[in-house]
Amino acid sequence: MEIEIKNRDDNLMVFTVEGVDVSMVNALRRISMVEVPTLAIETVEILKNDARIFDEALAHRLGLVPLTTDLESMILAEDCDCEGHCPRCSVSLILKGKGPKTLYSGDLKSQDTNLKVVLDTIPLVKLKEGEEVELEAIAKLGLGVEHAKWQPTTTCAYQHYPEITIDPDKCEACLDCVKGCPRNVLEYDEKNNQINVVDLENCSMCRTCEKDCQNKAITVESVADKFIFRIETDGSLSPTEVLTRACDILSEKADNIVTFSEGGS
Amino acid sequence: MIPVRCLSCGKVVSAYFEDFQKRTEMGEDPKQVLDDLGVTKYCCRRMFIAHVEVW
Repeated sequence: MEIEIKNRDDNLMVFTVEGVDVSMVNALRRISMVEVPTLAIETVEILKNDARIFDEALAHRLGLVPLTTDLESMILAEDCDCEGHCPRCSVSLILKGKGPKTLYSGDLKSQDTNLKVVLDTIPLVKLKEGEEVELEAIAKLGLGVEHAKWQPTTTCAYQHYPEITIDPDKCEACLDCVKGCPRNVLEYDEKNNQINVVDLENCSMCRTCEKDCQNKAITVESVADKFIFRIETDGSLSPTEVLTRACDILSEKADNIVTFSEGGS
Repeated sequence: MIPVRCLSCGKVVSAYFEDFQKRTEMGEDPKQVLDDLGVTKYCCRRMFIAHVEVW
């Protein structure tokens, strides 16, 4: 398996994988999306809410706030042997405010100094003069299979790697394909009187160029074992963390199958 | 109030909305503002453009 990272920053990573089949990348994709645990607010105890937003709606907004997750120090609530919640499986946050003002995710205060809100400008509730909100929220590790708020990824998708071939004998350089391409993948090379592929990875394989070509000189195909993988996270984990975790989970699953087939349990 | 996340992909859009609102009210081109804020996908962009702040 060959991996080439094309683009990488805090929340987004684009890379190509070569030498794997669809089932492998798809397994990685699905595990990254819904089986890598993250932290999200699960229980909210509302002590006071004078605002015009309903308690449920406010709790729902709180649940969607991404929190930085330290997977090393915490365990899933269902694996924890405590009753209710304890510091090993949950973190508590306090939100308190008096109008007139807007409460933001940055106003969520926690005793745990490691816990941070990824973005502190998410408006949670608007308070008018004299209105007051006070609540305690408990964040737990969870899986995306249960609720989308625990999904670490926003975009997590792969596509086949495109391959564009232009037959120089048939091509008359009429430029129909260049004009037709919605993503500016092709360019006319005046010097050599030929069409060049300038931005191959931007090709969505829509085949407009194929349809536009009168002589059938251009063909778009996909490389069988090469993929462009794009993963974007909500900031609770970095794309690299999500992928390494996903690989660990996948190999654990594979190990389970092996032990099972060998007669173990 | 704008939904916390993009309804389609789940990217947190609400964190940038006030900035977007301020800048477009100042007369900036919404397209330019969204590009600046790093909102690239069209599912997230419609969250900004289509939202009407009622209260």
